[in-house]
Amino acid sequence: MTNILGVALPAAMLLLTSTIFMAFVRLMKGPSFPDRVVALDIMTTVAMGLIGLYAMESGEVIFLDVALFLALVSFLGTVAFAYYVERRQLRTGSGE
Amino acid sequence: MIQDFLCTTLVFIGTLFMIVAGVGILRMPDLFMRMSCTSKATTLGMGFIMAALAVRFPHLEIATRALIITLFALLTAPVAAHMIARAAYVSGVPLWKKTVADQLCNRYDRCSCTLESCPIVENPPEEEERVDPDRQEPRK
Repeated sequence: MTNILGVALPAAMLLLTSTIFMAFVRLMKGPSFPDRVVALDIMTTVAMGLIGLYAMESGEVIFLDVALFLALVSFLGTVAFAYYVERRQLRTGSGE
Repeated sequence: MIQDFLCTTLVFIGTLFMIVAGVGILRMPDLFMRMSCTSKATTLGMGFIMAALAVRFPHLEIATRALIITLFALLTAPVAAHMIARAAYVSGVPLWKKTVADQLCNRYDRCSCTLESCPIVENPPEEEERVDPDRQEPRK
């Protein structure tokens, strides 16, 4: 690993961690329930990018499988939350 | 050497898109605007980072794996965003007060979850109580 990449990768990981923190702020104070779901989705996607960066820095390519698994779980979780919100609205028949 | 420069550039672009998405989810005034600026930007940023990884390790299996992850994200992110946006609109998440176009206004029956091609009620959407008689007796 040459010098420029050794500087760029930790800086990029720091910035992605700050992005996760921003999404976490939205997760804490989101006014509605779908806001929190969206924030969680964004957090997992950014975590996938973070896993890619860490795989690049450490040279362990096996972490890519973790990223793929995380994508799968994130999609299933978001779809399940959306289904839950919609069915809850359909059952009670009232907004929110 | 050129490989490292290319890799750094791709990482920089991907990180930039993800930062934009983070600022967007923090600063946008509305759920739908938040979704429109985050669900695309994070997917694109992750695709750039996976491209940087494929440049960094020039083996076929790693490039294939990065391509699979990118394709999966490109396939599932719009579906998930559409589903959660639809659920949010159905459950009555308020739009921004300066929104100029809501094409589903008065066309969505919130009790039976059906979409009409013409407005259900001809009245302008000021009074909110016009939906309430339907809400009391949902037609299942």
